[in-house]
Amino acid sequence: MAPRIELKTSPHIKQADSVERIMRTVVLALLPVCAFSVYQFGLSALALMATTTLTCVLTEQLFNRLSGRPSTIGDFSAVITGLLLALTLPPAFPLWMAAVSAFVAIALGKALFGGLGYNPFNPALLGRAFAAAAFPEAASTWTQAGLPERFSELLPSTLAMPFMRPESVDAYTTATPLAEWKFEGGIATDTWALFTGMTPGSAGETSALLILVCGLFLIARNAMNWRVPVAVLGSAALTAGGFYLLDPGHFPSPLFVLFSGGLMLGAFFMASDMSSSPVTPAGIWIYGALIGFLAVIIRFFGGLPEGIMYAILLGNAAVPLIERIAQPRLYGLRRGRSG
Amino acid sequence: MGMLSFLSGRSFPRGITPPGRKAQTRTEPIRRLSFAPRMVLPLTQHFGKPARPLVQRGQEVVRGEPIAEADGWHSVPLHAPVTGSVEGIELMPTARGPKTEAILLRTHPGDSQTVRWAQPQDLGALSRRQLLETIQAAGIVGQGGASFPSHLKFDVPEGRAVDTLVVNGCECEPYLSADHRTMIERTEDVLAGVRLGMQALGAPQAVIGVEDDKPDAIAALEGAIEPGEPIRVGILRAKYPQGSEKMLVRSLLGREVPSGGLPYEVGVVVNNVGTMAQLGYLLPRGEALIERIITVAGPGVERPGNYRVPVGTPLRYLLEEVGFEGDDPSRIILGGPMMGNTVAFLDVPVTKGVSGVLVMPEAAQAGEGREAQPKPCIRCGRCVEVCPVGLNPAELGRLAAKRQYEVMEERFHLNDCFECGCCSYVCPSDIPLVQYFRIAKALNRERAS
Repeated sequence: MAPRIELKTSPHIKQADSVERIMRTVVLALLPVCAFSVYQFGLSALALMATTTLTCVLTEQLFNRLSGRPSTIGDFSAVITGLLLALTLPPAFPLWMAAVSAFVAIALGKALFGGLGYNPFNPALLGRAFAAAAFPEAASTWTQAGLPERFSELLPSTLAMPFMRPESVDAYTTATPLAEWKFEGGIATDTWALFTGMTPGSAGETSALLILVCGLFLIARNAMNWRVPVAVLGSAALTAGGFYLLDPGHFPSPLFVLFSGGLMLGAFFMASDMSSSPVTPAGIWIYGALIGFLAVIIRFFGGLPEGIMYAILLGNAAVPLIERIAQPRLYGLRRGRSG
Repeated sequence: MGMLSFLSGRSFPRGITPPGRKAQTRTEPIRRLSFAPRMVLPLTQHFGKPARPLVQRGQEVVRGEPIAEADGWHSVPLHAPVTGSVEGIELMPTARGPKTEAILLRTHPGDSQTVRWAQPQDLGALSRRQLLETIQAAGIVGQGGASFPSHLKFDVPEGRAVDTLVVNGCECEPYLSADHRTMIERTEDVLAGVRLGMQALGAPQAVIGVEDDKPDAIAALEGAIEPGEPIRVGILRAKYPQGSEKMLVRSLLGREVPSGGLPYEVGVVVNNVGTMAQLGYLLPRGEALIERIITVAGPGVERPGNYRVPVGTPLRYLLEEVGFEGDDPSRIILGGPMMGNTVAFLDVPVTKGVSGVLVMPEAAQAGEGREAQPKPCIRCGRCVEVCPVGLNPAELGRLAAKRQYEVMEERFHLNDCFECGCCSYVCPSDIPLVQYFRIAKALNRERAS
């Protein structure tokens, strides 16, 4: 009878970091953005976040059950998807629509591909794209920030009945600074207001300053690849700056481009989704630059005021191609012998 | 860290900086371990053909006497670490499991155990070839861990000129400090070895690479180098795996060893400081390698330190001497925590290539040796950011999971991986990447043969 021999293999020490800690850090970094959104848009924003997050977690659990896998809700990634989806939606978005979009985000955006790490697209953005396609009107109806009764009552459209179109209540609705520029041809919002965020917009995209601070926290905690936001924002600023120099009367300034709409949120929290972005540093530079460029091109020349969502989804789609050309440089590789 | 690193030593790109954990032993002077009552000497303690026994059961041997001869040029002889008698030649377990032939010696208890076998030579009069033969006869193998016969390392193919002997004094593995103490306490031996190495290679210069966390070793070496001598100390950043052959050549000389090639192709031969100290001490005296310096450390050791240990000392005896009581071989690591191996049995001996014996914490104390179920890769890219060779471990791991071993080799340079373990160390999903790569390489080799 031979004794059991256990040979452990090297390395025998490990860095203490884990997937759970990374995801918890991302949730932590999102909380101030969520809190500011509630401060701006009140109970409706809170209800929206609760709905999407709960739906995402339940959907994740449902698919774990269906596929017979151990529960993965402890890794917090479904919570992140839920929060991010809520932050990209208009604050008065009907809750039933939000729940459907959240279900789609996890079911089609993540579970279908095999769960965390296998999703080729950012699940939250896939849910957001679904919302834009399925509920075009509600997904582009914005509310003023800082309404006086926001902490005592919900916005009327929040509780719209399922499969009923919410009534449009003109008293509350308004145009975002981007839509104003796009469709009315002028910029009425000053850059400082954009930077600090007291403007209309999606629930979580309005304060560039807050997103910047939370993003830097993520980078400091090594929970995000710093190259992503640098590449996206740098490329967007360069692209926008080029057009601005060509025709300052027609194109907005690069600062307006950076701080308006979802560019900051997208650059820090969406494009940086690890599963749907390249793993190599060179790949990330290309990927980020592509997203920044596309976002500005869509804003300037597309039919929509905002382009970051589609820019990131296109960037996600390009990842396999980017990784084909952006592998690390091998130590000691003889010239002309590359694989 | 990033900013300050420009002020300190030079380095290769990427890599990791695990906690050094050397405080336990780095200031401890080298001590002699007592002689075990029974010594186990495997005939294969080196990379190459096993040695051929020269002794028989019952035969008396004196300390330093050859007991097995080299079987050709790709082999090294073996010498008696103690004065005693041959108990037999038997199949004995090795550290990794399989049994191999070993000579068993019973130590004479009353003996003073001085070296009684020496043939001093005038080394200056030897030709390069004769010097290599002398190195082989002394049974010297690389002391850094790979146990490659030293005379073969110096035996550079005809027509290849080596301009620099690179000496590795980095000791970048956590816990280990044997090389550090060797550089401080045996500075003259190290330098004598370097000079002999230059002579054996016909190399006009030598560089000793030492990490900047060992300022006392740097000062000792610099103080002992003769003025005008073509030997210098290259100060390198303390970073893992600074001491790996390829990284060291790049950090010190800015040259890259070609993929799939050997350092002499860029005019360099790399040796460990421990090997140099052996060379510098043994060759002038005409003695052979029968003991070595070993760091014994780790959370489970009562008397950690650097010990002068006779080759052939059973691990169980060594551990008892340093105050470790226990029976779990999976806690014992030969070498460093990044690249060393756990042992199959505590009855295996210390061999010529063992640089450290570490006793790691119980698996339950999950801090350092965290044992966890692998989770899916989240593509965080940390492995790519640390791989010193410039591989894409994330992609390699994905391919390994899909059993596409050929693609790993052909398109993603699997064979350039030297298993330093940086990728596994940083992986937040606890994926045993290096282990996947070892298996993939083994399967590819099997398929090729």
